[in-house]
Amino acid sequence: MLDVKNLRTGYGGVEVLRGIDITVGKGEIVAVLGANGVGKTTLNKALSGLLKLTGGSITFDGKPLDGSPIAAVEAGLIQVPEGRKIFPNMSILENLELGSYRRGRANRARNLELVFSTFPKLRQRIEQMAGTLSGGEQQMLAIGRGMMAEPKLLILDEPSLGLSPLLVEEMFDLVKRLNAEGLPIMLVEQNVVQSLEIASRAYIIENGLVTMSGTAAVISADPELKRAYLGL
Amino acid sequence: MQRNWKSDWIMYSPIILIEAMINGLLTGSIYALIALGLTLVYGVLHIINFAHGATLAVAMFAVWGLNIAAGIDPYLSILLLAPVFFALGYGVQRFIIGPAAGGDDGNILLITLGLSIFIENALLASFGSDTRAITSDLSFSVVELGPFLISTPRLIGFAGSLIVTVILWFVMTRTDAGKAIRAVAKEKLGASLMGINVAHVYALTFGIGCAALAVAAGLLMPSFYVNPRVGGAFVNIAFTIVVLGGMGSIPGAMIGGLLIGIVESLSGLLLGESLGQIGIFIIFILVLLLKPTGLFGAKA
Repeated sequence: MLDVKNLRTGYGGVEVLRGIDITVGKGEIVAVLGANGVGKTTLNKALSGLLKLTGGSITFDGKPLDGSPIAAVEAGLIQVPEGRKIFPNMSILENLELGSYRRGRANRARNLELVFSTFPKLRQRIEQMAGTLSGGEQQMLAIGRGMMAEPKLLILDEPSLGLSPLLVEEMFDLVKRLNAEGLPIMLVEQNVVQSLEIASRAYIIENGLVTMSGTAAVISADPELKRAYLGL
Repeated sequence: MQRNWKSDWIMYSPIILIEAMINGLLTGSIYALIALGLTLVYGVLHIINFAHGATLAVAMFAVWGLNIAAGIDPYLSILLLAPVFFALGYGVQRFIIGPAAGGDDGNILLITLGLSIFIENALLASFGSDTRAITSDLSFSVVELGPFLISTPRLIGFAGSLIVTVILWFVMTRTDAGKAIRAVAKEKLGASLMGINVAHVYALTFGIGCAALAVAAGLLMPSFYVNPRVGGAFVNIAFTIVVLGGMGSIPGAMIGGLLIGIVESLSGLLLGESLGQIGIFIIFILVLLLKPTGLFGAKA
């Protein structure tokens, strides 16, 4: 589905990612884990075409991505960004409609139904301004907006950030549920324990490089990881 | 010379006062139209378009030129000029301002400033500094509304502004393009990730602002004059309206425009024509002192 080879990018002259290799296959949940500031969000920006690559390549669905956000969305690589980035001045319905601005417009009505059946809370308040929603509701809206574009791969950047423990649990359940319906998901998280519970494979990024990769079971059992991330 | 303000108020009959307010309201609707583009561009690109006044002058010259050269009625010329100015605004932002800004929106401010100097001087070079006007049958005609005499061009201007407002409201709330404009205004990154082309939205916004200026020009010309610097006076007023209504707020620009029109008209009546604009700038200072976010502005 997604095949990233030797990806290099950064800001100005500063290289942040120094040769990343990641693949996401059909039907997988792949966790990309790492502490704050290792380049996870930079990786997402590069995948979504917001940052130009200085080296390497991104192949999505068998075709190379040319590095513009429009091309990424058209191909079906949809990102739900860190901090939700919903449109606060617009209603829930308008936010969802704009999710299908570039892709999935023909099936807008059908996909709206799909989003509302996944998030019944949103249906009750379609006229409410998105900026007045709680953090958890905003995250649901952001994911719903992403679903409106009929993603072939959904990238979730820190979906659990800023949510209460109960909502974090709900969020990971939701990710599992979306995946069970056949949607490949790349889950970019700082929350290592819970991400590894639902992921099939995982990559650990440190200082702009993948330092560890493998099945979630193998990675969770790694003594080095336990020491570094779980404090065991 | 001593004036007795209290007796001045009494001196004017209610009919004259109300008539002045109606006329102010009608003039204000055109101010609102001019402020609309300014506030829209500010709301989306977060910069002041310094070329706004110069663009208005170009539009007014275009109305004048079409009338002189081809005998086209100023109101009729709107139908031609509004789409032309939309395309012009779109093209200038997409292919000149945008690329020249090199990704930094702050640069757009400087480029529009440069454009305004260029346009004003190009107009001076081609038309000289003379003031020109169109004489039409409608210029001095009035309509009787009960006891009030209302100038016909102003009444038509009000109707025209109203139509533009309704169209704009429809575009902004009911079309994907309008929704994309509102989305980019508040959340550029989120919009990009939905595949919204930000450069296209910026250009659309500029285009709409320029089209509104073309409509304003057509509505103004039957009762106003044009020279290369005419835009400055209007933009000063429009800027006050934008601040009064709240930077970036479209309803704010409409209500603010009507209010400023009434203030200008009443202070013109009470203080004399030459001091009429004092009222506007007193309001400007008061808004900045008391409610810097304006009537409809959100907190920064």
